[in-house]
Amino acid sequence: MSDYLLSTPAQTQAMLDTVGKTRETLFDSIPASLKLKRPLNLPKGLSEMEVLAKLSALAAKNKVYATILRGAGAEHHYIPAVVKNFGSREEFVSAYTPYQAEFSQGILQSIFEYQSAICELTGMDGANASVYDGATAAAESIQMVLERTRKTVLIADTVNPQTIATIQTYTQYLDIDIRLVETKNGALDLATLKPLLNETIAGVLVQHPNYWGVLEDVGTLSVDIHAAGAKLIVYGHPLAMTVLKSPRALGADIAVGEAQSLGLSLAYGGPYLGYMATTNDLVRRLPGRIVGQTVDTDGKRAFVLTLQAREQHIRREKATSSLCSNQALCALTASVYVAVMGPQGLTEVAQHGLRRAHYFQKELAKIGFPLAYNQPFFHEFVTTGNFNAIDVEAVLDRHNILSGLPVGEHELLWCVTETTDKATLDRVIAILKEELA
Amino acid sequence: MSQLIFERSVTGRRGIRLPDYDCPAVNLDDTQLRSTTPRLASVSEVDVTRHYMALSRQAFGVDNGFYPLGSCTMKHNPKINDHMASLAGFTGIHPTQNLETVEGALELMDGLQRDLCEVTGMDAFTLQPSAGAHGEFTGLLLIRAYHQSRNDTKRTKVIVPDSAHGTNPASANMAGYSVVSIPSNPQGGVDVEALKAVLSDEIAALMLTNPNTLGLFDPNIAQIADLVHQVGGLLYYDGANLNAIMGQVRPGDMGFDVVHLNLHKTFSTPHGGGGPGSGPVGVKGLLMPFLPEGTLIDKTYPKLPKSIGRMRSYFGNFLVNVRAYTYIQSLGGEGLAEASFMAVLNANYLMERLKAHYPVAYPGTCMHEFVLSLQDLKDSTGVRAMDLCKAMLDNGIHPPTMYFPLIVHEALMIEPTETESKETLDDFADMMIGFKEKAISDPDFFKNAPYTTPVKRVDDVLAARKPILKASL
Repeated sequence: MSDYLLSTPAQTQAMLDTVGKTRETLFDSIPASLKLKRPLNLPKGLSEMEVLAKLSALAAKNKVYATILRGAGAEHHYIPAVVKNFGSREEFVSAYTPYQAEFSQGILQSIFEYQSAICELTGMDGANASVYDGATAAAESIQMVLERTRKTVLIADTVNPQTIATIQTYTQYLDIDIRLVETKNGALDLATLKPLLNETIAGVLVQHPNYWGVLEDVGTLSVDIHAAGAKLIVYGHPLAMTVLKSPRALGADIAVGEAQSLGLSLAYGGPYLGYMATTNDLVRRLPGRIVGQTVDTDGKRAFVLTLQAREQHIRREKATSSLCSNQALCALTASVYVAVMGPQGLTEVAQHGLRRAHYFQKELAKIGFPLAYNQPFFHEFVTTGNFNAIDVEAVLDRHNILSGLPVGEHELLWCVTETTDKATLDRVIAILKEELA
Repeated sequence: MSQLIFERSVTGRRGIRLPDYDCPAVNLDDTQLRSTTPRLASVSEVDVTRHYMALSRQAFGVDNGFYPLGSCTMKHNPKINDHMASLAGFTGIHPTQNLETVEGALELMDGLQRDLCEVTGMDAFTLQPSAGAHGEFTGLLLIRAYHQSRNDTKRTKVIVPDSAHGTNPASANMAGYSVVSIPSNPQGGVDVEALKAVLSDEIAALMLTNPNTLGLFDPNIAQIADLVHQVGGLLYYDGANLNAIMGQVRPGDMGFDVVHLNLHKTFSTPHGGGGPGSGPVGVKGLLMPFLPEGTLIDKTYPKLPKSIGRMRSYFGNFLVNVRAYTYIQSLGGEGLAEASFMAVLNANYLMERLKAHYPVAYPGTCMHEFVLSLQDLKDSTGVRAMDLCKAMLDNGIHPPTMYFPLIVHEALMIEPTETESKETLDDFADMMIGFKEKAISDPDFFKNAPYTTPVKRVDDVLAARKPILKASL
């Protein structure tokens, strides 16, 4: 058994003597009738060697694919060694929220740099210190756009279904109307959206590139959204922003999304990293922790948690969000990733995905997997055709390849990143051609 | 203060290099394309390494030293936990993989859920909530769904004691409830008469932390539970302070219907400078039909027709849950009980050593933490709780929680945890006793502290008045 305790039996006895208690009486403030009258029914503790064997055996029961052609909000990217290194450095890992600014400048500065990078990618003026994931970032953003007479938010049905579901959960008992906008051909078009815009609409949420990988025509939509007095929330992909126009440049008032692609592993869905950024007009409506720059008593630059008047520990029941943490270590990991890749490296990661996805799509089309939506896309796309999606998944599984995500009887949502080179894509095509023939 | 990473940037410098392009360029519509490269830092791996080493020297975790931050349970984070969470079989799996390809992950999550049920006396757990506040919101939505399923729609209020964490009322608000605050009694527990006065068929739930934020176990909990249940309300347990009671008493046996735990507190997973945490929610059988979509039940993710819905993407902070599971395997039932025993003994020992020098806000045997009031010290010397805390920084100690709970003036909330030695506690006590003498003889010493930190006291008023939330690039 491991216990991580320090007191020797003699020290424990000495402390009990000092407080005038025994092992039996220390918990006397708990009424006897409530006490658990048996030991916890859990296995005996294991030595570190035994724990390692047990957990390693569990890990070995999971299949780690050699090739991953699936995204849908969780992407496989190369993580440089230096990123893993600093993401596990003890001073960062074992610290609490940086309440004591003088003692936590390293953590505060790392978050400030994360906020700066998010602002630069999204084109925004201010970002928060991060939230749990992209879905909760989107859910938290809904309250930011509400006005007294505008309580309806429109969401394109091309947004990640888990994000939509999370928004619906978050808002179900609030005075908010969430309406899904049905799309045709994999993207939201102005003709569909325009009739729905009126003086009750607080905001419109669009994912770009959307869940199907398609580039939405956000720039065009934003003109009419703003003309109707509503706000635009863009759920975007941080790597794609190195190639695509930023959400701000497309007219967004708020940029939110999932930043797992910036150096975080797939990890069976978490921990991930939700980012939130906005314009100066709305910055005081951001929920959660925010780090700001200030000075110390000597006038030296310093960083501190700021704009706390928005938060739960001050406002209590008047707070619109109960967030009291962030994903600081994930934000730090993303910051190290962004730094060591640099603008050039990030662009190349995005370009590799863009180029290889298009190459792969063309090759798939040749062997009976046409595009489901004839739309411009980035590094994800949906194929259709006559093959059963589950069969395709099974064929590739036998070759240690995780296929695109089956999203319909014949439809697969593929994602290609810098981790799969052209030779591997050619091999995937050869396997499909041979085994599905 | 260090240089910002952006200030280390040199145009043309590169860090990690990628393979050459092996597929043709793609022509997207110009209206979609960014015209300029993002102004991010162009730095080498050497720059990055030196930069983050510099930042790490300006950070302080429990690996650096004593961290008696009340209600935060800053216990040691065992290294084996992190090691297990870095196994490729856990980090490399995609959340949409077929269940037969992630059997190890499912077995681990199922095992963790069962272990947490045993520790808390609940019937089922969901691992989806990602932090304590997220768990609270989940729990309140479960309560709301339960009442609605019975067409019991007049319940619009949630009772929260005035000593509660701020997240409690905020989470209730997010679930669409109005909050009724009730005072504490002179012993620091729930004022039962005040509770009775607000109980009615409009009450959806009472939220309680027990032991509470004063570090006291509320001896009336059984009566409180009965009273709330009698009017049809449910009991919510804020598990922030579970570290005091493992193996002694269980929320489920106290009468609670729903609990959230902070695995980053009681179950030793690191806080990461603010997260990621994990805030699993446990329920009694009556709330099981409403669990979030994406909850593992019998090693599968069944469709739950009455579910409150999804709380986030996928299944929660899996790698944090791997760490907590590792911790439970290491300690076993006996070890968890011993951890709580030592946590409570350490707190009582430290309180005993300090109580002659600083008034304990609510005297008596404490659980895993206790609260001092420095109001007398402030009145006599002008030295505030905050000033004393800043002087601790110069001694390499992270200060206790300050100014909380709100019902204690000049509060210092001290939680030593079980993973500290008697020597550390004695050193801290000696320091505090010395501080009191010094506060009388030289109050200005404290008002100007800290002296040795990378920056002096920071101007947080300026930060809020003229927000600078990003670097100018």
